[in-house]
Amino acid sequence: MTGTTGTTGAALGAPAERREGRQKVTGAARYAAEYTLPGRAHAWPVPAAVARGRVTAVDTAAALALPGVLAVLTPEDAPRLADPEDATLAVLQGPGVPHRGWCVALAVAETPEAARAAARAVRVTYDTAPHDAAFTEHHRDGYAPQEAGGQPGRVEHGDPRAAFAGADVRVDVTYRVPPLHNHPMEPHASTAHWDGDRLTVYTSSQGGTTVRSTLAQLFRLPEEHVTVVAEHVGGGFGSKGTPRPDVVLAAMAARHTGRPVTLAYARRHLPTVVGHRAPTVQRLRLGAGHDGRLTALLHETTSPTSRVKEFVEYAAVVSRVMYAAPNLLSAHRVVPLDVPTPSWMRAPGEAPGMYALESALDELADVLGLDPVELRARNEPAEEPGSGKPFSSRHVVDCLREGARRFGWEDRDPRPGVRREGSWLLGTGVAAATYPVQAAPSTAGAQALPDGTFVVRINAADIGTGARTVLAQVAADALGVPLDRVRTEVGRSDLPPAPLAGGSSGTASWGWAVHEACAELASRLAAHTGPLPAEGIETRADTTGKADADSPWARHAFGAHFAEVAVDTVTGEIRARRLLGVYAAGRILNARTARSQFTGAMIMGLGMALTEGSTLDPAFGDFPEADLASYHVPVHADVPDVEAHWIDEDDPHLNPMGSKGIGEIGIVGTAAAVGNAVHHATGIRFRELPLTPDRILAGLLSES
Amino acid sequence: MDALGYVRPGSVQEAVEAYAAHPGARYLAGGTNLVDLLKLGVEKPTTLIDLGRLPLDGTEELPDGSLRVGATVRNSDLAADPRVRTRWPALSQALLAGASAQLRNAATTGGNLLQRTRCPYFQDLDKPCNKREPGSGCGARDGVHRDHAVLGHSAQCIATNPSDMAVALAALDAQVELYGPDGPRRLPAAEFHRLPGEHPERDTWIRPGELITGIVLPAATAGLPSAYRKARDRASYAFALASVAVVLRVGDGVVAQVGIAYGGLAHRPWRARHTELALQGAAATPAAFEGAVALELAHAEPLRDNAYKVSLARNLALDVLNRLAPAPAPA
Amino acid sequence: MTSEPRPGHHSEITLRVNGKPHTLRVDHRRVLLDLLREDLDLTGSKKGCDHGQCGACTVLVDGRRLNSCLLLAVTLDGSEITTVEGLGGDGEEPHPLQRAFLDRDAFQCGYCTPGQLCSAVGMLAEAAAGHPSHVTGPETPAGPPVPLDRTEIRERMSGNLCRCGAYPRIVDAIEDVI
Repeated sequence: MTGTTGTTGAALGAPAERREGRQKVTGAARYAAEYTLPGRAHAWPVPAAVARGRVTAVDTAAALALPGVLAVLTPEDAPRLADPEDATLAVLQGPGVPHRGWCVALAVAETPEAARAAARAVRVTYDTAPHDAAFTEHHRDGYAPQEAGGQPGRVEHGDPRAAFAGADVRVDVTYRVPPLHNHPMEPHASTAHWDGDRLTVYTSSQGGTTVRSTLAQLFRLPEEHVTVVAEHVGGGFGSKGTPRPDVVLAAMAARHTGRPVTLAYARRHLPTVVGHRAPTVQRLRLGAGHDGRLTALLHETTSPTSRVKEFVEYAAVVSRVMYAAPNLLSAHRVVPLDVPTPSWMRAPGEAPGMYALESALDELADVLGLDPVELRARNEPAEEPGSGKPFSSRHVVDCLREGARRFGWEDRDPRPGVRREGSWLLGTGVAAATYPVQAAPSTAGAQALPDGTFVVRINAADIGTGARTVLAQVAADALGVPLDRVRTEVGRSDLPPAPLAGGSSGTASWGWAVHEACAELASRLAAHTGPLPAEGIETRADTTGKADADSPWARHAFGAHFAEVAVDTVTGEIRARRLLGVYAAGRILNARTARSQFTGAMIMGLGMALTEGSTLDPAFGDFPEADLASYHVPVHADVPDVEAHWIDEDDPHLNPMGSKGIGEIGIVGTAAAVGNAVHHATGIRFRELPLTPDRILAGLLSES
Repeated sequence: MDALGYVRPGSVQEAVEAYAAHPGARYLAGGTNLVDLLKLGVEKPTTLIDLGRLPLDGTEELPDGSLRVGATVRNSDLAADPRVRTRWPALSQALLAGASAQLRNAATTGGNLLQRTRCPYFQDLDKPCNKREPGSGCGARDGVHRDHAVLGHSAQCIATNPSDMAVALAALDAQVELYGPDGPRRLPAAEFHRLPGEHPERDTWIRPGELITGIVLPAATAGLPSAYRKARDRASYAFALASVAVVLRVGDGVVAQVGIAYGGLAHRPWRARHTELALQGAAATPAAFEGAVALELAHAEPLRDNAYKVSLARNLALDVLNRLAPAPAPA
Repeated sequence: MTSEPRPGHHSEITLRVNGKPHTLRVDHRRVLLDLLREDLDLTGSKKGCDHGQCGACTVLVDGRRLNSCLLLAVTLDGSEITTVEGLGGDGEEPHPLQRAFLDRDAFQCGYCTPGQLCSAVGMLAEAAAGHPSHVTGPETPAGPPVPLDRTEIRERMSGNLCRCGAYPRIVDAIEDVI
């Protein structure tokens, strides 16, 4: 595949190298906290030390007396904001404390050390109210939300309860997923400075366009007075999808002090203020005939939310997509508590939902004595079960079969608990994956310059996906020029507005607009005679009405995950030995960066399966596992060789590139494949994540 | 941390004098835990006394076959020392099972022994902790305590000591050398740390102003079969859920010498004296090991969510004992 | 301004950073990471956790890899520091490991990358010096260089977290330069 950069029309699909790669490996790439503007000060928040109540007094005297301290903003004197649409951004606007960790004051100082010391010296007095942070699925305050992930909270077809009761074979199981934290390597950070009534922020965000509109609204500014720069973003995984308090607080502090101000959250601040994946308790009831055909599928999930705003971890939505069951229930409940507000974490809904559904499928295969790949094949729906729409393309069975072939599945002995290697028990498992195809309207600009090069401009965010690179590929092919003649500019709000990098929709949304702008530029150039004017020729596209048009098609990416694990019977420790994914995700636009996204998400799924999880502490209302020593992101030693493959899909019902999103599907079902492998190894069903030694050892001992 | 003084003494005596001269001072070595705690606000010294330039970074063999390791020898260098690797392998293994390469490159022998618990309630100034703030209560006892103690805890504190190295030192009968206002003294490594009792704020028996000058690995355990095994939540770079260090000498099928210490179970490395006593002179068989290990762990008092540690410790100890015991001669 | 620090809480130190000497007056609370980022505007070293729990701040101090977030700058007077900005030396060409990271797509967001690179350089030196790791077999002789297979590399690099999950590619890249 080498040499493609110089070839016309061959850019899409090529494994082009990341355009910002050199900056990243040399340390030249600057992230939000690294804009060392002259006179820059540093802000450090004071988190609430109670789970519910009111701030009655903030004594700043000791803090202000410390050397280098510039100011302490309090709910009394902080700049007043317009009411935000997102209530988590109403920081320092009143005395109420809705959860532990909520910002109750903000110290600003010359140096990070002084700001930290000042924040610690602030004395906050509270009127503490009784709190409830104890999540249970039967909590009396639980309710059925209207919406779950933009879909109805509840979908019911047929008579699922009766069908389940009358089924030949039944599986009735409950799965638990703990709170999970995004923990991008770059903690949320913003640097803000004001020039008169013009605000510039450098922020770590998955979507600068929304940051701009939000800041303009909060600070009552015309949007054109707000500039948002997010050139390099150190990961987000959903937690930077919308503005978080850091950017608001930094702007407030900068306005208050008249200085540029950086607020870089400490790692241990993140769990309470940037969102997390809400824990879920999911009950799955599967009824099937002896032939393995599902007659009833009931998927009910309950998760907590905060009292600041409702967020539903929409785990049951996947059951509207995956399998043909004439009697279907997919329903959500939420329990509002005095806890931090949950939000998006990579494949919100799908990741925990497919963990439970695909684990339950494995249990059904076990009961039926049917191969789990075959069981899934027997339940392929003719149309999308939830909507009745036909699929634009659906190759989940192909993924399963291709994965089985590559993984060596056909030689598998289905009996659990029979493969020993010293003290280790070995097993393999499989699970399917799905993620919806999404796209949002975007604008983009394209410019042809007299020197024969081209510039594409769009306020896209490159959070590590390689957006700069793939958009150049889209442009090159739409223009019919070699890739190395196209430059991309992203990550600044003075570029044409674009939606966020989220929901695996970035490339589709942005690429669509880039394609249109470039296609138009190509036809303008074709009609142009003579040399180009000095300023070149520029076009602009807006996909409103196209990217968001209703589709008659059910559009999803699909995939299959295979895992091999070893379980140590001495310690209960689990080691993944192999992970393999096969995806059907439309056209793969950059083989190199796509592979990295697939395998990276699989590794996050491995973490979800084996090592990651925190605890909502009922006594205090936050997460004791607040740092990276206690919240166990997988390390190098946890990660085996990981393979990702894909099936070429030619789907004309998507977008001009023919692509589906690829950033999240790798985490969907991975934990189930690992868990199913652990069952195959041990003969024991563990229905609560993560699969840490305490749980595994207890299971092994109770079996023996 | 607020404004901070800094002193860099050139000798141990100067260090001790500096400590006396600066109320609220703390000794600083590798800093991997102290700087962490300074940033958290858990430690609030007025002055740091930097031990980094003291002549305590050497390792010397003593005439009796023991090995003295200076207090500021880095964990990575100690783990790589061929004398340690061949004669006290459990120590090398314990060091390499801890932290990360970067941390081991900074952390020192003395500092490792003095590192503080990673209990999350201890680290959070906004939560009660009798160790950090005596009398404030214990957030962990009824809170999240899967990682906490099952042996020797008190109503005041259920924290565990996080060191891997200290567990190996305890099993290997190492000595800790101290120097303070009253001159030098030695403590057995197994007795260096305290149980929490009524005073969880005190981790060790070190006296105010004393500093660790070194450790001595004794000839009595040199060259004996020894090993360290640790179980954790991820494959590397995590604290022990439980661990064990064992040194074992078997002659004619009979246990001639044994030292066993557990990590992750208590406020200090837990030397399994009951087990050792039962094994001394007993046949080195799996059945004997099983019975003797159970004797010690019968004293465990697990909390709501950490009973697994008892089984885990048992499995680890049996695995290592059986591995170290020579295979019985063919009949 | 009320902010002039009290005497006794700052000291003057001299460091060589990427070959260049710097004499600075540092707050005793300042760690090397903040010195690099705030005082020298060398922002390649990253702050991922500030507590030695992620490795993003890894630099080489007198040739050894260390977490710069836990090193008080005042203790480092006279030290030789190499950061990601200095790995390639003075030339235009990146260090072979930097090239390998590009070739292997051994990163996504890039935030852990400087730490991974410095850590890998330190690791290669440690293995060459015969330092064992947790997975080095007991039969490996003490002293000579330790051969690095993928298991060894993974264990030795475990002090560097990568949330994008580039781990297998990072191991590939390191193998490329061995």
